[in-house]
Amino acid sequence: MQTPAPFEYEHASSVDEALALLERHGPETRLVAGGHSLLPMMKLRLARPERLVDVNDLTDLAYVRREGDQIAIGALTRHAQLASSPLLASLYPIFQDAERVIADPVVRNRGTIGGSLCQGDPAEDLSAVVATLGGSLKIRSRTGERVVAARDFYLGPYETQVGPAEMVTEVVIPIRPGAGSAYEKVERRPGDWAIAAVGCFLTVSGGVIADCGIGLAAVGAPGLPALEAEAALRGRPAGEEAYAAAAQMAAAHCRPQTDQRGPAEYKRDLVAELTRRALRRAAARVMAGGA
Amino acid sequence: MTATTPVPLSPAGNPIGFGRMLRKEDARFLRGQGHYLDDIKLPGMLHGAILRSPHAHARLVSIDTSAAEAHPKVKAVITGAMLEGLKLAWMPTLSRDVQAVLATDKVRFFGQEVAFVVAEDRYSARDALELIVVEYEPLDPVIDARLALAEGAPVIRDDIEGKKDNHIFDWEAGDREATDRVFSEAEVVVAQDMLYPRVHPAPMETCGSIAHMDRVTGQLTAWSTTQAPHAHRTLYSLVAGLPEHKVRIISPDIGGGFGNKVGIYPGYVLAVVGSIVTGKPVKWVEDRSENLISTSFARDYHMHGEIAASRDGKIKGLRVRVLADHGAFNGTAQPTKFPAGCFHIFPGSYDLDAAHCEVTGVYTNKAPGGVAYACSFRVTEAVYLVERMVDVLADELGIDPAELRRINLLRPEQFPYTNKTGWVYDSGDYGRTLEVALEKAGYTELRRRQAEGRERWRAAGGSPEDPGAGGEHLMGIGLSFFTEGVGAGPKKHMDILGLGMADGCELRVHPTGKAQLRISVQTQGQGHETTFAQIVAHELGIPPEDIEVIHGDTDNTPFGLGTYGSRSTPVSGAAAAVVSQRVREKARIVAAAALECSPEDLEWELGRWQVKGDPEKGKTVAEIAMLAHGTLELPEGVEGHLDASVVYDPPNLTYPYGADICVVDLDPGTGRVKVDRFIAVDDCGPRINPMIVEGQVHGGLADGVGMALMEAIQFDRSGTCLSGSLMDYLLPTSLDCPSWELGETVTPSPHHPLGVKGVGESATVGSPPAVVNAVIDALEPFGVRHADMPLTPAQVWLAMRGRPLRTDIVEM
Ligand SMILES: Cc1cc2nc3c(=O)[nH]c(=O)nc-3n(C[C@H](O)[C@H](O)[C@H](O)COP(=O)(O)OP(=O)(O)OC[C@H]3O[C@@H](n4cnc5c(N)ncnc54)[C@H](O)[C@@H]3O)c2cc1C
Repeated sequence: MQTPAPFEYEHASSVDEALALLERHGPETRLVAGGHSLLPMMKLRLARPERLVDVNDLTDLAYVRREGDQIAIGALTRHAQLASSPLLASLYPIFQDAERVIADPVVRNRGTIGGSLCQGDPAEDLSAVVATLGGSLKIRSRTGERVVAARDFYLGPYETQVGPAEMVTEVVIPIRPGAGSAYEKVERRPGDWAIAAVGCFLTVSGGVIADCGIGLAAVGAPGLPALEAEAALRGRPAGEEAYAAAAQMAAAHCRPQTDQRGPAEYKRDLVAELTRRALRRAAARVMAGGA
Repeated sequence: MTATTPVPLSPAGNPIGFGRMLRKEDARFLRGQGHYLDDIKLPGMLHGAILRSPHAHARLVSIDTSAAEAHPKVKAVITGAMLEGLKLAWMPTLSRDVQAVLATDKVRFFGQEVAFVVAEDRYSARDALELIVVEYEPLDPVIDARLALAEGAPVIRDDIEGKKDNHIFDWEAGDREATDRVFSEAEVVVAQDMLYPRVHPAPMETCGSIAHMDRVTGQLTAWSTTQAPHAHRTLYSLVAGLPEHKVRIISPDIGGGFGNKVGIYPGYVLAVVGSIVTGKPVKWVEDRSENLISTSFARDYHMHGEIAASRDGKIKGLRVRVLADHGAFNGTAQPTKFPAGCFHIFPGSYDLDAAHCEVTGVYTNKAPGGVAYACSFRVTEAVYLVERMVDVLADELGIDPAELRRINLLRPEQFPYTNKTGWVYDSGDYGRTLEVALEKAGYTELRRRQAEGRERWRAAGGSPEDPGAGGEHLMGIGLSFFTEGVGAGPKKHMDILGLGMADGCELRVHPTGKAQLRISVQTQGQGHETTFAQIVAHELGIPPEDIEVIHGDTDNTPFGLGTYGSRSTPVSGAAAAVVSQRVREKARIVAAAALECSPEDLEWELGRWQVKGDPEKGKTVAEIAMLAHGTLELPEGVEGHLDASVVYDPPNLTYPYGADICVVDLDPGTGRVKVDRFIAVDDCGPRINPMIVEGQVHGGLADGVGMALMEAIQFDRSGTCLSGSLMDYLLPTSLDCPSWELGETVTPSPHHPLGVKGVGESATVGSPPAVVNAVIDALEPFGVRHADMPLTPAQVWLAMRGRPLRTDIVEM
C-alpha cells in the first residue's frame, strides 16, 4: 500500500465555497476532482498538498450542452459522460475517439475534463482535443471570471494559467457546422498514455479546406497546436497531398523527447503518420456529414 | 486412467477423481473472503517501513536517525550498523552468496534497503523515513552487464574477501569438442545474439511479513508471503540462529507468486528484528514500487546462439554462450549444482548430434534475483533461445518454420531420450502435438492469406522505405515447440542449500470417512486445494468435497521445498498419490479383518474393498475408517486408524511439452502489433482438473504476450530503475489477449504415479518465442531476422529500419 504524506481534507458544496477555501488556506491547498492524476502523485509523494478541497459535490458543474453556437462543458464532467454525450458524438466525434483510448473504464468513470486540463500533463489527451478545437476555459476567482483560450492555457508542463485561488468551471468549444474531426493515438498498450497522439478537425467548402485545427499530445507542451501544419492546410484542396504536407509540418515542428516509450525520431514519424490518418478520417466524416 | 475415462460423480456433482470441477478455493476468493497477509491484524501490532537507496552504487558515509527517532509514533529505527552488532547485517541467499539486510558499507543497487523504521502505524513509519539523513558518496555503477567483466570495471562486491572483479560463476553443459566438430563440418552455420530482458512477476499482492517473537516462550511466528514456508523456516533458523522447533512460518492466502515469493527478503528479516527489539508483532508490507524495484526479477540473460545444420534442414548442433546478469547479490534459487538451473534443456525438442553451452554469471548494480516469474529454473530462457534459433535457421535456409521443426523433432521411438547435456526426457510424441496445433491453426490457409496480404501491402505502395504507405497491415505467424524439465527434483542431483527437493505428504482419514491431506507445497492461485483433493479422490474413491487440503503452516504440514518451477503436481502430487495408495492398502487389511478373509481375497472397486467373486460383500472407505478407529481386532503388526505419511523423492524430472502458434497483425505505419490468434496445444500427461490446467495455460499465455510485447525492467545509465510503477512496467490486460485456442495431447510420464507432468509454466515458457517469431515473421518484407523483446511499437518501428535497440538500458 502506498502512503501519502499527511494532508487535511475538506469538501466544498458550491463553487463559491471552494474558492473561499482556496483563498483562506493558501497556495498549498489543491482542488481534487476525479483524483486520478492527483492521488497517484500524492501516493508516490511527488505531490504533497497540505490540504485537499474536494469538488465532487459540485454536480451542477457536470454537463455538456449547446449554448448558441458553442458547446459548454462543465469542469466536473467525467470522461464517461463525454464519451456518451450524443451532442459531442454528432458535432465532434473527436471526443469519442479520444475517450475510447483514455485510460480504462474505472478511470473514465471518475476523471473529469477540468482535472485533465488542469493537470497539464503533456500526454493528456483532452488537452490535445480542446486545443485542436480552439476551445477556451472559464476560470473563476472570488472576484470574477476570465476566459482563456486553450492554446494559451499552458505555461509549460504541469503549469497552467490557473492561479492558487482560482478554478476552472467550464470549457467552451465553438460549433462549426459541417466540421469533421478525429483523434488518432498510439500507445504501448490499451489504457496507457500516448506515445504520440494527433487530433484534428476540418471544414471543407467546395473541396477546399476552409478551416482546420491540429493538436498534438505527448510530443511537446500539453495541448500543443500544430500551427504550421494548420497553415499548410488552410485554403488547400482536401486530399492526400495536403495531408502529407501537414503531416510533414506537424512532425517537423513538434518537440518529442526520447524516453521509455521510444526515441524522439520514432515519435516524430508517428506524428506524421497519425496526422495523415486523423485528417483522412476527419475528411471522411466531413463527407458523411454531407458538407 | 486418462482424462477421457468417465468418472463417477459425488453427491455434490464433483468427479470422484479426475475431471472438471469448480475450485474449492473459489468459495472464499470469489466472495472477497480470502485471508491475505495484509488482512491479518494482531493486538499491539506495529508497522515497519524501509528506507531505500536512491543510488545504484555509493559508499555510505553516515546515517543520522535522530529526527526519525524523535517522531512521536516511532518505536525503533534500525540501521545496518545496529544489525552488524547482532551479526544480522548480512543474510545467506539461496545460492550460497550473502545479501545485505541493511547496507553497512555501500549500497549496491537502486532501491537497496538502508534503514528500517518501526512505528505505531504505516503512515507514521513512512513519514519517519523522510526524517532520516543519509550521506552517500556516489561510486561509478556497473549497469551494462556486458561491461561487468571489463578491465577496470568498478568492483561491486568488495565485501567478499579478495574479490577483484564482478564474476560469479562459469558453468557449462554438453560436449564442447563434439559440438565444435559438428560446427566445423556443417554446411550451414548461423549465429544470433539475443537478450531475454529482465522482467518482473509483479504479483497482485506484494511481498510482506508479520513477525511475532514471543519473549517468554522464545517462539517466533512469522506470517509471510512465501511460496516455500518450510525452506523459510530452516533459513530463518540458519540466519538468526533461532532454534528451528521454535520457528513457525505461516503462509496465508497468497495473491500470486510466480517465483517472486520464493526467496527471503530483507524486509522479512527486518520484521523479525523489529519484533525482537520492540517485543511486539511487526508487520511489513512493501508497496508496489518497492516490489518492482527491489524484489526478485526473472531472466536478464544475454545470449549468443549458433546453430549448425545441413542445407536440407537437418539440425546438427547448437552452441550457446550466456552472460547472466544476477544483480548485486546472487539471489537466485537454483539447485546447488546448477547455477544456471535447468538451462540444460536448451537443445530443446530436437534430435541433434551435439550441443554445448557456457554460462557466466556476473554482478551488476541492480536488484538481486533471477528466480522469479514462472521461474522454471531457466527453462524459459533456454526454450526462447532454441526456438528463436530454429526460426533464424529457417530464415537462412528458406524453409518453412513448421517444416523445419517437423524434420528435426524427436521421434516417439527415441524416448526415453537422453539429450546432449545428459538429461533424460521421459516421454513424448512431439510430431503428433505439432500436427494437432498446425491443424487447429489452419496453418496452410494462414500462410496463403499471409502471402496475399503481403501482396496487397506492396500493391498499395508499402515498401521498406515507406512501410505505412497504403495503410495495409501485415500478418505474422510464429511457432514454438517447447520441452520443459519440471518437478525438481531427484535428491541425488538437486538440493537448495543442502536441502533435498523431496516432498512430504500426510493423509488422515477420520472415523466418519472424511479426510485431511497435509502437503508441503503452497498454493498461490494454482488451485492446490482442489487438485490435491481430486488426487486423493482418484486413489481412495471418496468425494473431493470430503477432503480438506492443508498447506502453508509449517507446524501443521510435513517438510518440503515449496511451490515453484512447476513442481507441485510432479512432486507433491506424486506424494499425495502414493500416500493415498498406502492408506488404501491399509484399508484393505482392515477390511479383510472385518470381512474375515485374507487381504488377497479382496479387490478394489473405486471407494470400496470387496470380496473377489462376491462383490456384495465389501466395505467402503468410510466404513473401513470407522472400523479402523473402533474396536475391531486387527492382525498382528497392524496399527489402528487410517492414515499414512510419505516422502516422495522423484526419480527424474517430468518433461511436459507443447506446440504454440501465434498470429499477429502488424500496423507497419505505427509499429503497433496485435495478437490476433494464439493456439496452444499442451501435453502435460493426464489432466487432473482440465479447467485448472486451462486456467494455468491462459495465465501463462497472457504472461508470454506481456513479456514479448511490453514487459521489461529497464535502467538508465546511472542505474536508476525506470520501471518502478505499473504505469512504467506494463502488464498485459484482457485487451491484449485474443480468445485462446487450446488443445491437448496426452502422453503420460512413465515414472510419475499418475503419469502427470506439471503445467504451471508451460505457457509462459512456450509462448514468448511464438509471439516474437510471429512479429519477426510479419517483418519479413523488411529483412528482419531478430529484434529483442519487448517488441513495443518503438522497437518494431526501429526493427523495420534495421536498427532495433537494446532493451535493458534506456539511453535518454
Ligand atoms: C491508470 C491511468 C491511466 C490514465 N491514462 C490516461 C490517458 O491515456 N490519457 C489521458 O489523457 N489521461 C489519462 N489518465 C488521466 C485521467 O484522464 C485523469 O482523470 C485526469 O488526468 C485528471 O482528472 P481528475 O478529475 O481525476 O483530476 P484530479 O486528479 O482530481 O486533479 C488533477 C489536477 O487538476 C486540478 N484540478 C482539478 N479540477 C480542477 C478545476 N476544476 N479547476 C482547477 N484545477 C482543477 C487538481 O487540483 C489537480 O492539480 C490516466 C489516469 C490513470 C490513473
